Amino acid sequence: MASEEQLSAIKRAKVLMVGAGGIGCELLKTLALSGFQDIHIIDMDTIEVSNLNRQFLFRQCHVGQSKAKVARDAVLRFRPNISITPYHANVKESRFNVDFFKEFDVVLNGLDNLDARRHVNRLCLAADVPLVESGTTGFLGQVTVHLKGKTECYECQPKPAPKTYPVCTITSTPSKFVHCIVWAKDLLFAKLFGDKNQENDLNVRSSDTGNSSEHSEDVFECRKDEDIEQYGRRIYDHVFGHNIEVALSNEETWKNRNKPRPIYSKDVLHVKMTKENGDTEKDCATGDVSAMASLSLKNPQDIWSLAENSRVFLEALRLFFSKRGKEIGNLTFDKDDQLAVEFVTAAANIRASSFGIPLHSLFEAKGIAGNIVHAVATTNAIIAGLIVIEAIKVLKKDNNNYRMTYCLEHPSRKLLLMPVEPYEPNKSCYVCSETPLSLEVNTRHSKLRDFVEKIVKGKLGMNFPVIMKGASILYEVGEDLEDDMVAIYAANLEKALSELPSPVTSGTVLTVEDLQQEFSCSINIKHREEFDEEKEPDGMVLSGWVEAPVDKDNNKPNGNGESTSNALPTEEILEGEKDVEIQETSGGTETVAGKKRKLSEVDESRNQKKPEKLDLDDEDDELVISDDWESLTKKKRV
Amino acid sequence: MEGQELTEQETALYDRQIRLWGADAQRRLRKSHILVYGMTGTVAEFCKNIVLAGVHSVTLVDERVVTEESLSANFLILPDENLYHGKTLAELCCDSLKEFNPMVHVAAEKGDILTFGVEFFEKFDAVILSCCSLRKKKWINQKCRKLSKPVAFYTVECRGSCGEIFVDLQDYKYSKLKRLDETIECRIEYPSFEEAISVPWRALPRRVSKLYFAMRVIEQFEYVEGRDPGQTIIDDLPGILKLRKELCETNSLNESQIADALLERLVRDTTEYPPICAIIGGILGQEVIKAISGKGDPLKNFFLFDAMDGKGLIEDISGPSGGSGAGFD
Ligand SMILES: [Zn+2]
Repeated sequence: MASEEQLSAIKRAKVLMVGAGGIGCELLKTLALSGFQDIHIIDMDTIEVSNLNRQFLFRQCHVGQSKAKVARDAVLRFRPNISITPYHANVKESRFNVDFFKEFDVVLNGLDNLDARRHVNRLCLAADVPLVESGTTGFLGQVTVHLKGKTECYECQPKPAPKTYPVCTITSTPSKFVHCIVWAKDLLFAKLFGDKNQENDLNVRSSDTGNSSEHSEDVFECRKDEDIEQYGRRIYDHVFGHNIEVALSNEETWKNRNKPRPIYSKDVLHVKMTKENGDTEKDCATGDVSAMASLSLKNPQDIWSLAENSRVFLEALRLFFSKRGKEIGNLTFDKDDQLAVEFVTAAANIRASSFGIPLHSLFEAKGIAGNIVHAVATTNAIIAGLIVIEAIKVLKKDNNNYRMTYCLEHPSRKLLLMPVEPYEPNKSCYVCSETPLSLEVNTRHSKLRDFVEKIVKGKLGMNFPVIMKGASILYEVGEDLEDDMVAIYAANLEKALSELPSPVTSGTVLTVEDLQQEFSCSINIKHREEFDEEKEPDGMVLSGWVEAPVDKDNNKPNGNGESTSNALPTEEILEGEKDVEIQETSGGTETVAGKKRKLSEVDESRNQKKPEKLDLDDEDDELVISDDWESLTKKKRV
Repeated sequence: MEGQELTEQETALYDRQIRLWGADAQRRLRKSHILVYGMTGTVAEFCKNIVLAGVHSVTLVDERVVTEESLSANFLILPDENLYHGKTLAELCCDSLKEFNPMVHVAAEKGDILTFGVEFFEKFDAVILSCCSLRKKKWINQKCRKLSKPVAFYTVECRGSCGEIFVDLQDYKYSKLKRLDETIECRIEYPSFEEAISVPWRALPRRVSKLYFAMRVIEQFEYVEGRDPGQTIIDDLPGILKLRKELCETNSLNESQIADALLERLVRDTTEYPPICAIIGGILGQEVIKAISGKGDPLKNFFLFDAMDGKGLIEDISGPSGGSGAGFD
């Protein structure tokens, strides 16, 4: 395998690895063993205990240190004479610009989120450097090769959208545990401990039938005449008792649904909880306080009874106010915050119990709330091996032999590792072709700010955008701007599109550019008066931009908002247990056809179907879109 | 040990994999004992995977001393001659492996594996052989099959861009989750290594991987020539082509089914290629975890990978009698 020619290509190569996590550790080891001598590695993360089961270059004593740096040191122990350059940094930093990327012969991604992947994809296209992309989740994984003009880019195919749930499912009619988790995390937790000025739907649906909204606002404030125990019980009774009663009064809602049961603390907890000397204790560091510990609940895998959940709820609330009082008002849910996980688990379980939904353990609730993706060393090792095989082909310019390879859990036609020829670029991809996008928007009502946030940042994934109409710049982000320009742009943000100094109206063509990504695209503007609030919540519709359909009912919640990654449970998709809607790509090289099928159909003819894109990874994965194997193989190959 | 709950420390460390295979499987892993023979690069990969997964113990056997070749794909051996003094490959790998997971007991066993008795093999739940002659594979496989308790048996070999795994789980029963709360009992019967490789080639489906045949030719060549595993050079090619002819005639298989080019690749480049080690060591790790935890369909009974075409194939080489595949109780 290792011919002289190949060996010298490997020795001469300068490679960039992005990510030193699950795939990264395996990849760095395999690259070093394979003879690579000049490896640069970027990772902004530090090591955590839950990494140690698979990120084998790290030890307990490294927890808290830079992944990139520790990985380098560990690999130098068995290959001391090679050069590994670590960067403990975000790949989006401006120093990693196109010129930086141009220094490399190949870029290898071992990332865990869609955002960073898109960013690296654009830099590789701009620098014309080949990219080998990868992802794993559980036993599944995939490796793909992206070469500008030769194979599709990372963004040629639709990417799964983050999951969202209809507001009323969360506030009024939960039917799955995940709905209760979202309610507990995004509504109740945020209401009690988060920023008070944030919009919050907690009371919206339940209060609009009866009480005035002014009254319900006050409910969450601790009154002067009550202690924390009384306050906790009042909150408990309000959200699990009173609000349910209010919801029940709306007969229409429950015609075809099981009615929920209001739960009051006195019915669940007969005796007053013994108060610990909470008030005299000082605030202490996050993570040191635990309701489970004070209640002597040990096993996170146990499913607590309603009474236990109620005790955890009240105790966690008490601990937040008595020991972490300073943080209240600024807290956001974090899966590594033990007390927050305890509170959310308990609240979700009490609500689940009210709605007749099966209860879950803290371990399971944490997984759902934190969008935790299962991960194991074996899959990462296999994927790393496949990445190196493709990287060497890239160095040898072995253009006809690139493969994308799927690592499957269940063999398909005897294949556990399934190579597929790469696709040619999608001619209507707005990233790697120059196809303009079009945007329907109410140019009189929508502000430039909405356009920047929802479209330029939200959908196009730009970090340092410049927005131009012809030669005039409407908006720009950058470090070296003049003060007067900064003021003008700030003012522009608040203006409606049609009222900008250079008005944006129907027929206007905007050029949007990201200077760091050296990526630009045109957007044709079309004015439209009305938008459907439920279906088009952004108040604007971008087309020519491909995005996978949102599956409405899955048992994983939306992430913490830090990335657009999304976690469809792969297993379920492949097993077809859930009614997940999937999207089928059309046979040609045109954009994705919106043809949808129920997964159960796919399942019946499973032998002919293959997962199309495992777009995942190792911490926050994104996921699998099943596809029709026959149509997939008919797609044009390179 | 079995019924014991996982400790807080274990739950934290194994969090991401418990989410994958469950706490029961993790508990079963925790009490399992693994025997590994032959410290190749592929086996180093496998050991890393299984130690990270959290088995109870891993016992390494390899009496050889360090050579340049043993370093080439094995990241467990540090390139520092001061460490090698008087140590076997097993001992050196043991020192590195221990660091990967303080909860796992890693030990090196001295002595000739062919002299080890029943009481030695009986301590293990899975036995993995690499860099092993045909005779040794058959002998240890038979030994494992005669034990009073079931032992999962594997052989693994990587040559250049190719790799092969053989699996013998004897009479393997496991339960499979089918839809929500319904489980079904599955049973798979495996042939021994000797039975599997004795299945006449003409009895196999036409589309069986050619790599399977090629590996048998090389294996047989090394056996009749009295070579150590992996000890072939390009000058052996004529002898190997001659043996291919004989074997194909006995098996009524057209000689052209085993391409000259494939045999030449296997003979010319016998060293391990690190990406292949990672892939094969990963698949093997996964299979051993499945067998121990009783979770997931185990592969039966050969896995073959060739980087040339990128395919990782499962082949069931059981012959007409043992070819029943998965059955239900
Ligand atoms: Zn593209």
